[in-house]
Amino acid sequence: MYAYDELDRTLINERVSEFRDQVKRRLSGELTEDEFKMLRLQNGVYLQLHAYMFRVAIPYGTLSSKQLRRLAHVARRYDRGYGHFTTRQNIQFNWIKLAELPDALAELAEVGIHAMQTSGNNMRNVTSDQWAGVAPGEVEDPRIWSEILRQHTTLHPEFSFLPRKFKIAITASEHDRAAIKVHDIGLRLHKNADGETGFEVLVGGGLGRTPFIAKTIKPYVAGRDILSYVEAILRVYNQYGRRDNIYKARIKILVHELGIEKFSREVEEEWKQMGHSALTLDHSVVEEVRSRFSYPAYEKLPHMPDELKQAAHDPSFERWRKNSVAPHKVQGYSIVTLSLKPVGGPPGDATAEQMDVVADLADKYSFGEIRVGHEQNLVLPHVAKRDLPQLWKALDRIGLATPNINLVTDIIACPGLDYCSLANARSIPIAQELTRRFANHDTAEMIGRLHINISGCINACGHHHVGHIGILGVEKNGEEFYQITIGGRADENAQMGALIGPAVPYAEVADVIEDIVEAYLALRDRPEELFVDTVKRLGVEPFKERVYATR
Amino acid sequence: MPLVKQGRITTDLFVHVIDGAELPDDGAILIPATRFLEDPEAVLKRTGKVGVIWPNNRDLDDLVPYLDRLAAVALVFPSFRDGRAYSQARLLRERHGYDGEMRATGQVLRDQFVFMSRAGFDAFEVKKDADADAFAETVKRYSVFYQPTGDGRVTALNRRMQLRHSESAGQ
Amino acid sequence: MTSPLQQKIKITGPSMVTANRTSDGIVIYRTAQQGWSASLSDAAIVRTSDEARALLNEANADDVGAVGAYIAPVEVKDSGEIKPGNLRERIRSKGLTIDLLPA
Repeated sequence: MYAYDELDRTLINERVSEFRDQVKRRLSGELTEDEFKMLRLQNGVYLQLHAYMFRVAIPYGTLSSKQLRRLAHVARRYDRGYGHFTTRQNIQFNWIKLAELPDALAELAEVGIHAMQTSGNNMRNVTSDQWAGVAPGEVEDPRIWSEILRQHTTLHPEFSFLPRKFKIAITASEHDRAAIKVHDIGLRLHKNADGETGFEVLVGGGLGRTPFIAKTIKPYVAGRDILSYVEAILRVYNQYGRRDNIYKARIKILVHELGIEKFSREVEEEWKQMGHSALTLDHSVVEEVRSRFSYPAYEKLPHMPDELKQAAHDPSFERWRKNSVAPHKVQGYSIVTLSLKPVGGPPGDATAEQMDVVADLADKYSFGEIRVGHEQNLVLPHVAKRDLPQLWKALDRIGLATPNINLVTDIIACPGLDYCSLANARSIPIAQELTRRFANHDTAEMIGRLHINISGCINACGHHHVGHIGILGVEKNGEEFYQITIGGRADENAQMGALIGPAVPYAEVADVIEDIVEAYLALRDRPEELFVDTVKRLGVEPFKERVYATR
Repeated sequence: MPLVKQGRITTDLFVHVIDGAELPDDGAILIPATRFLEDPEAVLKRTGKVGVIWPNNRDLDDLVPYLDRLAAVALVFPSFRDGRAYSQARLLRERHGYDGEMRATGQVLRDQFVFMSRAGFDAFEVKKDADADAFAETVKRYSVFYQPTGDGRVTALNRRMQLRHSESAGQ
Repeated sequence: MTSPLQQKIKITGPSMVTANRTSDGIVIYRTAQQGWSASLSDAAIVRTSDEARALLNEANADDVGAVGAYIAPVEVKDSGEIKPGNLRERIRSKGLTIDLLPA
């Protein structure tokens, strides 16, 4: 957990004052909507179908229990008692009033939470792996670097009016849980042959209308040079990114149009001219940031505590433990994922009550720390194994122990047409119906790891392109239709899914997904072959045949 | 349109020369880049000060050779959302060492004053009178800055390091 | 980019103008009395592109009170009752189509 100091808090408070003044000038008419829109977006305030939506930043997905309680309070006081966790580790409130926003922001600022740059053509939340700092085999905690980049990109005077939004993600593990290959800049933290920490830098990834997998621009940039190198990329983008067409304004288009070699040369040229820059990170500066991350005082605990041995007799507990509990780098501890995907529920939502209970459980069992994953689930990152049975009971009581992590009902979905003014079709009811169809846990376990991603429009906030099964809502003659892709992946082997056939109407989507799953079960060469690997082995055709045979 | 310099509204000593108009014999002028580059030496010979208006979609390379003889460079924000001039401003100040007047023109609004100042602008053709009046107060909105620019302000990271050193030095 | 005030407006049936209220974001409908109402039944109905453009311009002029005005279709029943003309407007007028708590 990073401890904000007086400087960080002052900045957040100054930002709140500025926004309070801007809202006042908007409500008085001194600022037109045209002038105000970009300002409110820079504080995460969207206008949606029914209301304003307020997107609050959760930097690299890390929250303290105190912060989570304050989010619950905001949900209760300023909204309708719930919030939605997003695919970029942020939280959204859907019913906020503009006139009350400065007060909500002020209350959040008291606990070091802000909404800076969660929208707008600037640099967004620098996301990371929700298991950062606790995953076995991690090179080092990537959140140190996320924080360094967060500070550097916050209210950056040169890069606050980019051609379009800019998203950075960092991973420090072999298995990429941060989806760096579909980000504008993806950073893979690793050590070079001399054991020095640095980054593979990838650029130009992204989803939406023109999806691209990011390309490596430089295989190794030393840690001390990462800020100056990122600055060089941003300067090239700020100057040459397209501004004439919002659909062609992301850096992925610039990289594609120039080609990676030419783009790389432009960046290298700019970087060289920057010379020995004020941005070169002294070792002491990195260590200063690192020193303000606090880590738990782990106890020396046995690998297999008695409490766990006893609880193993309970099949429900065991099912949950095998599904939702992952190994921790410290013996005797575990990483626990809390499913926000209950059967029949809207994926990724949590009520204020649930947030409060999770905050209490974090205090009791996880050293007061919670993480938010881009799969829209929560994580308690430091749970002693001996506490798992008690934790499970408590989670089960508030509906956060559905043992479906990474299974077919662990669906990632954007808010869709129920909330979002950009949407063409609804996504949440599709997700809800799918969780009902596959509600049986034995079935879900038998199917195995299967990521379904649903987006209500081509902006792809549900990341449908990289879903094992991707569902994209479109509009045809005023009706909701859905295009379905299979075989996408968001990890280190990232690739886009392939269309299986013509779009299907709303009422048939769940049937089609069932057919796809049935096809997979029939076609897999052994139970352990994952859906996504069966698709890779056999291609789309066999699935297409089965799904469209009777349609 | 009020001109703000050194935190307050001042008389603009420069005259914008319109396309096609003759250059006045004396006095300070701001002329568009294309016009200037037709015959820069001739323009620079005049007795009055010369400033160039540089478009935001053109590299600075052709301007750089003349920087030490220009009294002003005006950069352009065609829309306040178009941030290219911020990069140009920083490059002019920090890479090319330009220390004459650097003016923000176009859609220059209150809520960009801090960014513009930090990027090196020191003169502002402000769109709204109310914004011009509020300039001095607006640039005081922030006291903490994360990024180093040419404005000489100490960044938060450096302030922390200084604090650490003085703490350990005091021991 | 064409100013919204000059954009070609073509309507294909009875339509209304809707927006969100600036201060709190709630859905509002332009009335025939140069005002706004939160109730669809109070919406002014336009039937020609010219009428639609005029109503939209009038709505846009209220930049302080309303945000994001646009023209949307309605269905006018024989009884005179005004209903939303597409799914998006149904959702805006009636709210979410989903249960928030798991069934």
